[in-house]
Amino acid sequence: MAEGEKGQGRYGTVNWWYKILEALPFEWAQEGQMIFMKNALLAIILLTPVFALLGTMIVNNGMAFFSDALGHGAFTGVAIGGLLGLAEPIGSAVAFSVIFAFLITVIRHKSKMAGDTVIGVFSSSAIALGIFLATLGGKSFTKLNSYLVGDILSIAPREIGFLAIVLGIVLIFWFFVFNRLLLVSINPSLAGSRGINTFWYEVVFSCAVAVIVTVSMSWIGLLVINSFLVLPAAAARNIARSQRQYHLLAVVFSLLSGVAGLILSYSFETATGSTIVLISSAIFFTTWFVRKRFA
Amino acid sequence: MTETRFHNHDACRQGCCGLCCTKIEDFGVTIGSTVILKNVNLHIHCGELTAIIGPNGAGKSTLIKALLGEIPHTGTLKFVQYDNGLLKAPVMGYVPQSLNLDTTSPTSVLDLFLACRSKYPAWLIRRKREVYKVKEQLDRVNAGHLLSRRLGALSGGELQRVLLALALDPVPEILLLDEPVSGIDQNGLELFYETVSELRNAYDLSIILVSHDLDMVRRYADRVVLLNKTVLMAGTPEEVLNSDVFFDTFSLRWQKEKRGKGGTAL
Repeated sequence: MAEGEKGQGRYGTVNWWYKILEALPFEWAQEGQMIFMKNALLAIILLTPVFALLGTMIVNNGMAFFSDALGHGAFTGVAIGGLLGLAEPIGSAVAFSVIFAFLITVIRHKSKMAGDTVIGVFSSSAIALGIFLATLGGKSFTKLNSYLVGDILSIAPREIGFLAIVLGIVLIFWFFVFNRLLLVSINPSLAGSRGINTFWYEVVFSCAVAVIVTVSMSWIGLLVINSFLVLPAAAARNIARSQRQYHLLAVVFSLLSGVAGLILSYSFETATGSTIVLISSAIFFTTWFVRKRFA
Repeated sequence: MTETRFHNHDACRQGCCGLCCTKIEDFGVTIGSTVILKNVNLHIHCGELTAIIGPNGAGKSTLIKALLGEIPHTGTLKFVQYDNGLLKAPVMGYVPQSLNLDTTSPTSVLDLFLACRSKYPAWLIRRKREVYKVKEQLDRVNAGHLLSRRLGALSGGELQRVLLALALDPVPEILLLDEPVSGIDQNGLELFYETVSELRNAYDLSIILVSHDLDMVRRYADRVVLLNKTVLMAGTPEEVLNSDVFFDTFSLRWQKEKRGKGGTAL
């Protein structure tokens, strides 16, 4: 919660953050040094815990494939924004991916078809539409590559501010709906008998995931963004015995892999998103091997 | 409680002689072109345990889901209280057949209860007072020691008791129980029925129980409803479990003959 609100103080300035880092005894942390790394570090610290928290519910509900599809919807939104000539396609991307999330949830509910088939249909259609629109009229796809791979090092203070506001809103929302979502994930009939409208809670949750995936897509990269949601929760699930442990571990794992991944990606000169995911996977396999001790 | 129950004329005029009763009128469920239930009419009195029995695919679980309002149905559910006031939506308690839970799920019994009763996220804020109340709830069904166990690590009988405790918080007017087909040992089942029986007396609940164990039904139910797409027969366990309709429905012809020779059925 606390991280979510930090960036909101003075919109566009993160001087306080530089000051904190300057207190550290590292060469790179000194005043005026490696500003882009400091920005990226702040963005990572804001982003990863929110992803981990929503990820716990995605893993509870077996929705890993679903959240992957949401990323595809967001990509199509960016393509539509580009077509409409918007300078910042983020608005249309959020709008489209929310509509997309809503549609998948409705059809998953109304149709007797297996959930993964519905998601597969939507996911493929969305990505195809996105590529179709992006290349319409012989345009090059190259400018969209940044969305696929992501570049957290290019994030600017103003963008961190925007991210912090969106993530803060998602966290507040999360605070109020978590219990009901947990109950729906445990047993929809049981939730229904306690007066919970399972359908709308699923819709709201899908939309929240759609929003955070979309606003973070260009920093993390569409190809690996789903791992930010799924891996920390999956690793935590290996050894957690209650919801409290599950959430705390997921957040710790996500922060750990986020910060370590950023630093390693700098020294190896690799894409940050994928480096973070590799560390998350390493944590997942480690917890998987020791899981029996915690069972 | 029992004395007043027989002297309530208002309720009697409504066609049910209890302090309150639940009327299921003309219930029908059709999914696609398949008729699953039709013309289901039932009166369920409070303080009574009504067992619903029937062969596989008779629509027993569907009836429960329709009563919960989870699947669309025709007909009405009326809850009549002793003063003739119609409660539009009675408080329902529901014990599902199973949770279909991923057994590795890191959800403890406490998490499940807090998710139901607390305003704050179950993983973030655990108030002492709330935890104490949950413990109390569990103690009522002899499950207090399960508080911090994982749901996936509970035995079938333990899980059933936990779900029962959950269904009683808050105390419902109608308790719907869908008994598990498998996964509960005989002792667990015995304990479960005994607990339900005690609750019936303690809270004066209307209990509707889908049951697969005819022996338990015989011993604990007040009324038995034989269901197969519609109500074939309703009455006391004695009446229903010895009727021809019952034997025919369950294809127990040999039992019917045995009964004819003076043996006891089942």
